[in-house]
Amino acid sequence: MNLEKIKSDIEAAVPGCRLQIILNGSPSGQHSLLLGREHAVEIARFLRDDPELRLDYCSNVTGVDWLDSETSEKVKVKKLVDGVEQEVEEVRKTRTPGYLEAVYHLYSMEKKHGPLVLRLRPENRTDHVTLPSLTPVWRSAEFQEREIFDLYGIIFEGHPDLRRILMWDEFEDHPMRKDYVEPNDYEYEPTPHDAVLEKSKQARAIEGQR
Amino acid sequence: MDLELKEALSRQGIFTTTLEELYNWGRRSSVWPLTFGLACCAIEMIATSMARYDLARFGAEVFRPSPRQADLMIVAGTVTKKMAPQVVRLYNQMPEPKYVIAMGACAISGGPFKQGYNVLKGIDRYIPVDVHIPGCPPRPEALMDAFITLQKKIDAQSLTGADRPRHLNAEEPSEFIVPQYGAHDLEPPKNVKLWNIITKNIPNGPGTASDNEPRKD
Repeated sequence: MNLEKIKSDIEAAVPGCRLQIILNGSPSGQHSLLLGREHAVEIARFLRDDPELRLDYCSNVTGVDWLDSETSEKVKVKKLVDGVEQEVEEVRKTRTPGYLEAVYHLYSMEKKHGPLVLRLRPENRTDHVTLPSLTPVWRSAEFQEREIFDLYGIIFEGHPDLRRILMWDEFEDHPMRKDYVEPNDYEYEPTPHDAVLEKSKQARAIEGQR
Repeated sequence: MDLELKEALSRQGIFTTTLEELYNWGRRSSVWPLTFGLACCAIEMIATSMARYDLARFGAEVFRPSPRQADLMIVAGTVTKKMAPQVVRLYNQMPEPKYVIAMGACAISGGPFKQGYNVLKGIDRYIPVDVHIPGCPPRPEALMDAFITLQKKIDAQSLTGADRPRHLNAEEPSEFIVPQYGAHDLEPPKNVKLWNIITKNIPNGPGTASDNEPRKD
């Protein structure tokens, strides 16, 4: 499976779609395709039905919450130092804000190939957290999209039954997000240390005020 | 009754007993556990009740599928926060006298999931536990040891007096608050009337200083 070829096939089949290959630098080299939200369902349907690809089995759907990241690179810049033009190395920092992501792993039972990894990213993590649901294309995504909705708070549009699956319905938080703060119930800790020690101190302070 | 006199009489073939002994003997020799397993500890509990370990030797072979007919709840496994209200409700539905064995690291403290968001940090936050068994999971021998410990506890109970068991004291509650699903956690996160007793015992713990009164729930 050549990702470049798949990309050009999709572009030919679904005109005007946004696609980007995301390279994986690790030894596994499992590169993936980032899909635009608008055409995701169309692309998914193409991947499933295309006679060459026939990716008929969606084995895994998962969510990822990426933190804000900062990458620094050294750039050579021409500058005037004491009236003389010189090349000076500068460290340029680029900040990428954190984002949520849903990752789909596709295989073909018929052609015995795979996986093809798809990624979908909602616009932001606060108010535009919707993604198109791929459950109408691969039924096996249903529960796993519900899990992502439950734990990451991504809303899947077009999902037939979008409810929480692990936590109770009244629950409001999304526990797998990196900024989730869990309730502090560490008031009884016989051997606290490190993070638990801090939490248990806080819990006891709150307990003392009651 | 004088123990020496009792022994002397029994040597002569005269059997003497007290109502208390008889009553406790009857209760401890036929404890019916609730058929109830939550996670991997339940497999050990099942093994304990089967032929190899044979819990029937101690009179607890009748696992009841209904809380109305059970005396003993073996909390075998991880209690998730989503499951906790159901566990407490089952306990409330059991008739007195009733006992609880918290089996395994998860049931007594949350175990390896303690620092997670969805596991209750010990079932004794909501219901009174008679015997705690550590282990992950505890071996069947450990469960039998806990069961024998419970039998000893039942045997030692006196029918009258201030420290009489709960089922003989009309003022003691036999039902406990069932937690509700809240927006961030279970509401209340613990039964203060039960939990305060335990936290009072830790040095510098809550409940030692100003506020010893149980909070109203």
